Amino acid sequence: MTLALLARRWRTGVALLLTAIMLFPVYWMLTVSFTPEQDMRKSPPDLFPVHGTLDGYRAALTEQLPYLGTSVVIALGTVVLTVALSAPAGYALAKLRPRGAGVLNFVLLAAQMVPGIIMAMGFYAIYLDLGLLQSIPGLIVADSTIAVPFGVLIFAALMSTIPDELLQAARTDGASRLRTFWSIVLPMSRNGVVTVSVFAFLWAWSDFVFASTLDNGGAHEPITLGIYHYIGNNNQQWNAIMATAVVASIPATLLLIVAQRYVAAGVTAGAVKD
Amino acid sequence: MTTIAPRATTAAVPAGRRRRNLDQWAAWGFLLPVTVYLAVFYAYPLFRNIDLSLRNYTVRSFVQGDAPFTGLANYGTVLGDPTFLPALVHTAVFTGASIAFQYTVGLALAVFFRQRFRLSATLRAMFLVPWLLPLIVSASTWSWMLNSDSGIVNTALGLVGLGPVNWLTSPQWSLVSVLIANIWIGIPFNLVILYSGLQTIPDSLYEAAALDGASAWQRFWRITFPLLRPVSAITLLLGLIYTLKVFDVIWIMTRGGPTDSSTTFATWSYRLGFGTLLPSFGPAAAVGNLLVVTALVFGLVYIRFQRKLEAS
Repeated sequence: MTLALLARRWRTGVALLLTAIMLFPVYWMLTVSFTPEQDMRKSPPDLFPVHGTLDGYRAALTEQLPYLGTSVVIALGTVVLTVALSAPAGYALAKLRPRGAGVLNFVLLAAQMVPGIIMAMGFYAIYLDLGLLQSIPGLIVADSTIAVPFGVLIFAALMSTIPDELLQAARTDGASRLRTFWSIVLPMSRNGVVTVSVFAFLWAWSDFVFASTLDNGGAHEPITLGIYHYIGNNNQQWNAIMATAVVASIPATLLLIVAQRYVAAGVTAGAVKD
Repeated sequence: MTTIAPRATTAAVPAGRRRRNLDQWAAWGFLLPVTVYLAVFYAYPLFRNIDLSLRNYTVRSFVQGDAPFTGLANYGTVLGDPTFLPALVHTAVFTGASIAFQYTVGLALAVFFRQRFRLSATLRAMFLVPWLLPLIVSASTWSWMLNSDSGIVNTALGLVGLGPVNWLTSPQWSLVSVLIANIWIGIPFNLVILYSGLQTIPDSLYEAAALDGASAWQRFWRITFPLLRPVSAITLLLGLIYTLKVFDVIWIMTRGGPTDSSTTFATWSYRLGFGTLLPSFGPAAAVGNLLVVTALVFGLVYIRFQRKLEAS
């Protein structure tokens, strides 16, 4: 018994060590973000920010705040568009037995395999004609292509677990399909809405491919481009770059803490991260 | 497929059919937005991309849209380009090494975390962090860690009497550098999927094997590994499709350089189309289409495999 207990303690120790190794880059990003500029090229570097400074954050917030605002708008827009498109489609695939559902399912799976850079090139050609380059709505539509196929498949999987009898009962009571969807199916799929929203938000927030091809040089650029320009322009100010990186990581960290259950569910259920 | 039982009476047939037709209309009503969306924002960009690859575009004709049709000339240009062979080799090495390491480390971690100990669930959740961070964040952090003069990696190597290594600026190390970063990013995904696969293997099998005196090593190779084979195949295929597409990490860390030493098809395509002042959209689209075809071939293998699994 004591031997088993010892083995468990030992495993916890090993697990802590492994986690520390895995998360070292994240720790290092934090450390560098607090390091004063004159210590940046010190050899060997301080393993803790002993003379910690908030200079990096001050610079990041004064220069990068507009980028962060743009990213919030784009990510939220992508969430709304993705859920609005994929929830009804998921309902139809799960419950209404449309002819051609097999083909549509196949298209949705295949769509997720198209590399973003190829989509970006096509979008560039189209947006150039439509004058949608460097616009926020254009970027929202492009970003949503990462999440919509995933969203439909998640909603379809989840809504197919809603009992048919329940929907039948609503129909007997005279509810239209739209009403059934809105008042019964959607509220019962709250988990799906959260999972799809979390991933749509994260993917839009992290997007670099579409931003750098469709929005480069625009009036409203997202934070990924903010960091990218930062690296390109002043590669001396690494505390400010890392401070921006830390701020840009906040949504992912928050969502992991608040919605961990949904994140894990999304990774395994779809297993379809692009 | 339909659950509505067909009625035997002749009078009921037209009503039933009308009902079913109505069902179809309703179903496609709900599917209409996404169908239009897929056609406009997936099919059309892909079509434009094929069109781009078959014409001789200049910046002027790109804007005016009167580029002459040149057939497969762009594909010829791309195949004859001195970058083609290195890009092909790098894509293969980058993809192969990435998924091999991600899978091996992910599986080892999954097996480790399946044991019972305190904090197991919390620490497993923390392993997800690298996967959730924006790629630009991971890539720029690794850039600074691998910096030749001030990077922590060279400092650590110096402590054991090695290096310094010019990770990002020397042709022989640049591909290794982007590989390290990409493996780090992909481990969590492998861990989560393989861990959920491990949970479907019943404990009783391990208990029986332990009673028969099988060592931990034997239990892994005789029980875990064979029973995990379908999940492993899915993980590896998804990893493959995902890694073929990787562009952000490489572009941010090395821009495919120095001198093409870390160029893959994805970064090459981007550089041709957007990375220079004089874009060559035709060849860029041609490279991109080669990438789509490769990804879709493995995608079809994946879909077939998953269908077979579901059927069995």
